Amino acid sequence: MDDLIKYAPALFDGFMENVKLSLMCGVLSLVLGTILVSMRVSPTPVLRAAGTVYVNVVRNTPLTLVLAFSALGLSDTLGLAFSDKPSSNSFWLVVLGLSIYTAAFVCEALRSGINTVPLGQAEAARAIGLTFLQSLRLIILPQAFRAVIAPLGSVMIAMIKNTTVAIAGGYLAESAFVMKDTFDDTGVSIPIFLGLVLAFMAVTLPVGFLTGWLARRLAVAR
Amino acid sequence: MTISLHGLTKVFPGGARALDSLDLDIGEGEFFALLGPSGCGKTTLLRSIAGLETPSSGTVSIGGADVTALPPGRRDVAMVFQDYALFPHMDVTANIAYPLRIQKVPRSRREAAAAEVAGRLSLSELLRRRPGQLSGGQQQRVALARAIACRPKVFLFDEPLSNLDARLRLEARTFLKRLQGELGVTTVFVTHDQGEALALAHRVAVMDAGRITQVGAPAEIFHRPATTFVASFIGSTPMNLLPGKVAGDALHVAGAVLPAPPGLPDGEEIVYGVRPEYADLSAAPRDDAFPGTVAVLENLGTSTLVTLEGGGDDGDLLVQVVVPEGEEPPAGTAAWAVPRPGRALIYHGDRLIHPA
Repeated sequence: MDDLIKYAPALFDGFMENVKLSLMCGVLSLVLGTILVSMRVSPTPVLRAAGTVYVNVVRNTPLTLVLAFSALGLSDTLGLAFSDKPSSNSFWLVVLGLSIYTAAFVCEALRSGINTVPLGQAEAARAIGLTFLQSLRLIILPQAFRAVIAPLGSVMIAMIKNTTVAIAGGYLAESAFVMKDTFDDTGVSIPIFLGLVLAFMAVTLPVGFLTGWLARRLAVAR
Repeated sequence: MTISLHGLTKVFPGGARALDSLDLDIGEGEFFALLGPSGCGKTTLLRSIAGLETPSSGTVSIGGADVTALPPGRRDVAMVFQDYALFPHMDVTANIAYPLRIQKVPRSRREAAAAEVAGRLSLSELLRRRPGQLSGGQQQRVALARAIACRPKVFLFDEPLSNLDARLRLEARTFLKRLQGELGVTTVFVTHDQGEALALAHRVAVMDAGRITQVGAPAEIFHRPATTFVASFIGSTPMNLLPGKVAGDALHVAGAVLPAPPGLPDGEEIVYGVRPEYADLSAAPRDDAFPGTVAVLENLGTSTLVTLEGGGDDGDLLVQVVVPEGEEPPAGTAAWAVPRPGRALIYHGDRLIHPA
């Protein structure tokens, strides 16, 4: 218990890094996932194929490999740099890798949402004179999003927990790394473990409750 | 606006020929029904007029202008879908005004237009509701309002009444016919219900296998079906179509000897058609009647549909007769179905040859 109190500030700082990563990845993966699903349902075969390949490759690659590729491949080998400061650079590389990874799951959740929208909706939109993108944006996606708020919540919870893998992308500031670092000094401490578990639950439980509540509230009545 | 279809053909990938070189002219202000069994191409035809389907060949003209290559939004038509396809995430006002919003009509004008049309269709109380909070009949009126609000040149209805329950369907039918009459906008609708087509339309096109078999006013289609297909399809009870033969001035049909109208090809096989409503039942044997045993009695309310079994030489022909209430024969007894003179339809080679 003493260990937990002693290292709490450092652990808390680390946990805030998890929160920052989560916020960035949350926004980016939702945007990227929406773009991907637009490609996957588009009338253009090339876009559809590209979306399918992306999802199947990224979704079936372990996250540690995606992050390692982001750090070692994109940055070290191909020279992609977000910042001159190494810690800031690796932060953004992890955001990139985790967003790319999570977007595949967001895309698939949204696609199942689109499948709940009757075909007649797209036809009615077309009959009124909407283009494909307009009908997707104004008619299809608003309904699809509402249908998959709860599953999207699960994707977001998984993403928040996945921020603890940031070390694979060379980012050495988030809480799981701080914890391991601490254990090197103190030996394994059960209270520190549990404290960190509670910290994550303090974030992920509300995400689950909130998305569950929103899903019921915004459900589309047909 | 007039609608003109010329040589319209639609072959789906995979080879299904939904429309087969079809020609059709629909007049200004006409209420026009496309009638046929499922798979006959009627919905494909409607969707081709709407622009939701691109024909493989042929042209679609609306108001004299060729619109074959125009997308749906630029044809100035409004379609009402079978399942209404209201947008569930918008309220009634937004649904009705949506086509106007797409046409970039200012908000105040489009909401006024929506309110006006809603008033006309008795929807004023429901403007803030979502489609999920409406009954089937209300949803149907919202779908109609959405079509009316943008003042199109042509209305296209896909099975407009089929999602309503039976009682409401009759009310909606009367309402729809009156509304179309008031608006005077050319309207094409698709239905598989012959009663609906006859009741609503000024003219009906009966379709089969991607072609139009017969076009005409409801009375004409009902009284002079051009082929046995139309004959069997039209009418609330299926028409009796019995094989027979011309022998001099007599017709031998299913055990009956009937006088042959002049001009029939002697010695040829024909099909003799008579509606169950145009035949009477006799308990006594008659030469000019189809003999049989009363097999089934179906109460139709004010009348009963009687099925006679075993008429004719081959013994397995069924003949149906509608009898007035109170005159039902007991099941299992012998009876004779007497066709009323002047009501018979005679087909030769599947074409109507009498009345000529």
